[in-house]
Amino acid sequence: MEEKKVILDIRNFSVSFEQYEKGFRKTGLPVIRNLDVTIREGEMVAVVGSSGSGKSLLAHGILGILPYNATMGGELVYDGELLTKERQKALRGNEIVLVPQSVAFLDPLMKIGPQIRKGKKDQASREKLNGIFEGYHLKNEVQELYPFELSGGMNRRVLVSTAMMGNPRLVIADEPTPGLHMAMVRRVMSHFRELADQGAGVLLITHDLEQALEVADRVVVFYAGTTVEDADAKDFRSEETLRHPYSKALWRALPQNGFQFIRGTQPYVKDLPEGCPFGPRCEWYTEACKGEISCREVRGGRVRCVRAV
Amino acid sequence: MVSWLPWPVIRERNFVKEHFIFVGKQAVRMVLLVFFVSLAAFVLVSVSPLDPLQANVGQAALGSMSQEQIAKLQTYWGVDEPPVERFLAWAGDFFRGDMGLSLLYRQPVAKVIGVKLANSLWLMAIAWILSGAVGFVLGILAGLREGSLLDKVIKGYSLLIASTPAFWLALVLLMIFAVWLKVLPIGLSVPIGVEAAGVTVADRIQHAILPAITLSITGIANITLHTREKMVEIMESDYVLFARARGESTFSIVKNHVLRNVLLPALTLQFAAISEIFGGSVLVEQTFSYPGLGQAAVTAGLGSDVPLLLGITVISALFVFGGNLIANILYGVIDPRIRRGGAGA
Repeated sequence: MEEKKVILDIRNFSVSFEQYEKGFRKTGLPVIRNLDVTIREGEMVAVVGSSGSGKSLLAHGILGILPYNATMGGELVYDGELLTKERQKALRGNEIVLVPQSVAFLDPLMKIGPQIRKGKKDQASREKLNGIFEGYHLKNEVQELYPFELSGGMNRRVLVSTAMMGNPRLVIADEPTPGLHMAMVRRVMSHFRELADQGAGVLLITHDLEQALEVADRVVVFYAGTTVEDADAKDFRSEETLRHPYSKALWRALPQNGFQFIRGTQPYVKDLPEGCPFGPRCEWYTEACKGEISCREVRGGRVRCVRAV
Repeated sequence: MVSWLPWPVIRERNFVKEHFIFVGKQAVRMVLLVFFVSLAAFVLVSVSPLDPLQANVGQAALGSMSQEQIAKLQTYWGVDEPPVERFLAWAGDFFRGDMGLSLLYRQPVAKVIGVKLANSLWLMAIAWILSGAVGFVLGILAGLREGSLLDKVIKGYSLLIASTPAFWLALVLLMIFAVWLKVLPIGLSVPIGVEAAGVTVADRIQHAILPAITLSITGIANITLHTREKMVEIMESDYVLFARARGESTFSIVKNHVLRNVLLPALTLQFAAISEIFGGSVLVEQTFSYPGLGQAAVTAGLGSDVPLLLGITVISALFVFGGNLIANILYGVIDPRIRRGGAGA
């Protein structure tokens, strides 16, 4: 594979929340640790993890819109330069765009058109939006509707349209297809694929591995706040080409691979086991797994497991 | 819920019919409200231990009167009539548009209320507008940055004022501006010893300043706290988060999203606040001896002037009802989710 330009490099990223425990003792609650993801131009990377594992915080961290009681660690390198708060502010909504889960992320009292234009009324903005709507086969009358008047089919396209108002080089899609049936999912995914094919990097955050495998180039598996494996989407064709035992377990849980599940649940961030977070549920578990586990290259992918070969 | 149809289903609506139903429902509601409020007020006066003769004529004067005179007075104050008949007689007259004669003022109730209301109305109007506008702005400023110093100051001030009785605040203001600084009159609505024709607008304004300010200050605290609460909710909403993700500045977020979303609840609150202003005016007018509707209500209550009391009660109830009705109608006009007939998003 020829090396494409890296658009976003997330290194050792972490997010922790400040919490007050039993009175006034302040504690940090690390929701994401040791997260590494690289997104290249024209590439679609899926971060797959179970619901409620804090995946959305990754999106908010990249955009610099984490809540005030959250602290971010690690490095974000965008376009070869450190992504500082100032750069985040300047780039978000323009070069770095977010496509949210649902129309609940739209202002219920603002019409679609003005809302996508961010209240701008100039001719250039109007024409740009008309062009975007045409591209997504949305009638111009839709601009005069309020979010609650959109149909299920329209609101996905409207949400993607919000991203197109800028000049997106990095598109972050946060769980963009909740509760949709497969045909609709494919259609939504095709919009993102299109964006990637036009040269933007796409970061797809989802809990649905099957969906991710349909369109993504690479899949990053997220477990208990950490990336455990970074693999080519092709690697998911068989269990053997995967590296981490959790990825293998995910593979086996797919309907076409037997729907097998493993015991236990993901640990809550407060009671993480020592060493490998997957340890207690892993069949390969040994003494060596109790230490610090670093990320290493295995067969062209990256894995956070001492025993992976 | 999300509809799977390619176009939103806009139900055929018969607006004329809907309006008729709406107006009809509100009218029935209003009649019932007036009936029950006046009934409640009447029952309360009837069971009160106040003897109208003792309260208005005095024990000493009664002692020196003949039985005949006392019987005449009893008829005047309606003591000898059974309460049910009295209420029905009042209700019947009221229904025909006659509010009766005030027993204390010896004038038609409608006229007394007209004079008192004119005094009170602009006092209340000033307080209503001032508390609405200032409370709205303060609430937005506080809620915009929850937990900031500004928020803490505004919130602390509002909580303090909201828990201060209006009459106490009135006394403090009286002491400062009327007693110590002597810049404002101590009470009444016009200067003492001046002919009615000689009273200037400036005099009236001067006399209304303190009561209006007292009413406003208490009103502001309430509106501020409510607006702030709503603001905090909006600032934590998904759509503000997304607006920020789309690079909108705080100013743009306020202009595009915050104002329109906070305005709806603020509007309801503002019209609902009419009742609070009305209630507050009773205490404040009493403290400042300001001859308004509130003070007339107190006088009528203590003096067993039943026709006047019931008249004031009904007028107040209509005011409050009208306020809420206007809020309801405005909501339907402004909120697209109601106006455009969706069953809710």
